[in-house]
Amino acid sequence: MPYGDLMLTISQELVDKIIEHARNDHPDEACGIVAGRDGVPERFVAMANAERSPTFYRFDSAEQLKVWREMDDRDEVPVVIYHSHTATEAYPSRTDVTYASEPDAHYVLVSTALDQFRSFRIVDGVVTEEEVRIVAG
Amino acid sequence: MAIEVRIPTILRTYTDGAKAVDASGATLEELIGDLETRHPGIKARLVDEGKLRRFVNVYLNDEDVRFLGGLETPVSDGDTVTVLPAVAGG
Repeated sequence: MPYGDLMLTISQELVDKIIEHARNDHPDEACGIVAGRDGVPERFVAMANAERSPTFYRFDSAEQLKVWREMDDRDEVPVVIYHSHTATEAYPSRTDVTYASEPDAHYVLVSTALDQFRSFRIVDGVVTEEEVRIVAG
Repeated sequence: MAIEVRIPTILRTYTDGAKAVDASGATLEELIGDLETRHPGIKARLVDEGKLRRFVNVYLNDEDVRFLGGLETPVSDGDTVTVLPAVAGG
């Protein structure tokens, strides 16, 4: 497999933060990242949804530059890129697949409508769901 | 004249894996043209029908070039141009 084991291992604390962000922004979509090193998600960063929309999300470009620079300085990458769906299931939409541009990231989707937390790889237009292992902490 | 261009992971296939490359030009458009001569194929990932692609962010130093002059934005020696794919979806 090109990207190692298809599994996201993530702490309960980070899962809770992502879900809390999604609930707070409902019915608009919430989005953000978890930065980390060596594939381990560590640092939660909620991002503004510049679209403020229940059907679309886009990171604010100025905020994205700032956050990406911080990651560069800290030798981090966006291990997790998350966003919420507020009326449908937590599965990547056609637009999610079209604009997915981080082949090494775990794309986490949360459904606030259906209470789902799922993770995917999106590489060259191909979606592969992966197991989510939640660990204490 | 050298301007540093920072390349995102997904476009490093065009730069032999380099995170940053040098290019020259008086405007962003010329700079991208110069990049294309050394890294063929990269221009089409940045520009479509004479405009910056909608889901690519290009920054001159700290500013999104969409709020400057787009492809006509003047660039000069010592500037840094950063390319980041927009993170977006539905």
